[in-house]
Amino acid sequence: MNVFHFIVLNHEQVLELTLEHLWLVAISTLFAALIGIPLGIAIARRPGWNKPVLGGANIIQTIPSLALFGFLLPMPWLGERADRLAILALTLYALLPIIRNTYTGIRGVDPAVVEAGRGMGLTESQLLFQVQLPLAGSVILSGVRVAVVISVGLATIAAAIGAGGLGEFIFRGLAMVDDKVILAGAIPAAILALGADFGLGWVERRLRPQ
Amino acid sequence: MFGAGSRVQPAKSGMLAQMQSQVATPVIEFRDVSYSVEGTQVLSGLSLQVERGETLVLLGRSGSGKTTTLKLVNRLLSPTAGEVRVRGVANAESDVIRLRRSIGYVIQDAGLFPHYTVERNVGLVPRIEAWPEDRIRTRVEELLRLVGLTPEMAARFPHQLSGGQRQRVGVARALAADPEILLMDEPFGALDPLTRDELQSEFHSLQQRLHKTVVFVTHDLREALRLGSRIALMEAGRLVTVLAPQEFVRSSDPWAAAYVRAFGDGLESAANRGAS
Repeated sequence: MNVFHFIVLNHEQVLELTLEHLWLVAISTLFAALIGIPLGIAIARRPGWNKPVLGGANIIQTIPSLALFGFLLPMPWLGERADRLAILALTLYALLPIIRNTYTGIRGVDPAVVEAGRGMGLTESQLLFQVQLPLAGSVILSGVRVAVVISVGLATIAAAIGAGGLGEFIFRGLAMVDDKVILAGAIPAAILALGADFGLGWVERRLRPQ
Repeated sequence: MFGAGSRVQPAKSGMLAQMQSQVATPVIEFRDVSYSVEGTQVLSGLSLQVERGETLVLLGRSGSGKTTTLKLVNRLLSPTAGEVRVRGVANAESDVIRLRRSIGYVIQDAGLFPHYTVERNVGLVPRIEAWPEDRIRTRVEELLRLVGLTPEMAARFPHQLSGGQRQRVGVARALAADPEILLMDEPFGALDPLTRDELQSEFHSLQQRLHKTVVFVTHDLREALRLGSRIALMEAGRLVTVLAPQEFVRSSDPWAAAYVRAFGDGLESAANRGAS
C-alpha cells in the first residue's frame, strides 16, 4: 500500500484534518492581520515606535514553536482548549511579516504623492484610506501571504498539544515509523501552502500599482 | 500702489499700512516670517505681500527657501516666528483643511495619485467636498478642455500619460474647486525644453483669462521673466529684492545681476514676451 492508497482509504479523516488545519491558519491569520495592520500603520506614522514594535515581533519569531506552545499551556482560559492555544501561537508568529510589510508599504508610498494629497486638503484619514493604504496594498498583502505560508507549516506542530490539523498524521506517522502516514499529513499541508501562496500572489499582482 | 520695483520693507509706517489695508487687503501676506528646522535657519525675516490676480514668482537657487515659503502659505509648514495671513486671516487661526482646499497646489511631476484615473485625480477635491456626481463630471470635462487635454484622457492612469500631459492634469486638479489662490512649485521643472515652452505659454494665456493669485516657484530666470508679474529673488533664506520682469533684467542689485549674467543674452525679449 502506498501513500495514495492510504489517503484514499482514509479520505474522510484527511479531509477533516485539512479543514481543521485550514481553520487554524485562517483564524490566526485574520487575528494577526487585525492586530498587525493597524500596528504597522501606527509605527509608520510615529517613527519612534517602529524599533520597539518590530523588535518585539522579531523576538517572538525566535522562540521555537514547540516551546511557545508549551509556555502557553498554563495560561487560564486559553490553556483549557488546545485549539485556542494553537491560534494564539500562530497569531503571534504571523505578526512580524504583517507588521513589517504594512510599515514598509506605507513608508514606501511616494512622499510627493502624500504631500500633494495633504496640500490639497485631504484629512489624515482620507490620506490613509484613499492614498496610503491602496498604494501599500500589494506590499501589505505580500506580508499576509508570507504569514499564511509560515502558518501552514507551523500549524502542523499544533498537533503536538492536541489542537488537531494535519500534524496529527505527521506525529502519528513518526510514532509508528510509517512514511505513508507522515506523508498523508505532509502532502496536503504542502498543497495548502502552495495553493495559498499562488492564490494570494495572484491577488497581490492585481493590487500592485502600475 | 506698491511700485512693483520697490524693495519690501519689513516695517511700514503706521499711516501707510493703514491706508493700504483700506485700499485692498493683500491675498497673501508674510509678516516678518522665519522658519527653522532642527536648529537650521531656513527662512529669516521674510515680509512679502501678494496682491489679488498677480503672479508672484519666487526665484532662487536650491536651498534659498522658496519652496519653504510656498509651503507656509497652505500650512504644510508653520512659521517658527512671524505670521502668514491668507485673505486677511492669520494661518494659525484658520481651519487647515478648509484653507488647503481653497488653495490650488501644483508640484513638480504633478504628484498625481498613481492608482486614480485622470478623471478621479481631477475630481478629487470636488469629490471630497461632496459635489453632486454630474456636476463633478461636467467640471472635469471643462477643466480637461481648459488645460488642452481631450475628454478621452479622463479614463487613463497617470503612467499612461506623457510628462507634459501629467503636468496639465496636475494644473487641472489644482483648479478643480476654482480656488482663488494657486501655488506652483517648479511645475514645469521636469519637462523637456519644448514641452516646457508650450506649457509656459499656455499657462500664461490661461492666467490672462483666470486672474488667479499665483505664487510660482522656479530657479529658471527665463521662466520667471516670462510668467511673473513680479519676481521675488531669494538667497540663503532671505528675500533679496522684489522687481517687475523688465526691471529685473536692468537691475543693479548684485544678486539679480548675477542671475542675469548666468542666463546670458536674450532675456529682455523673454521679459517682454511675458508682458505682452
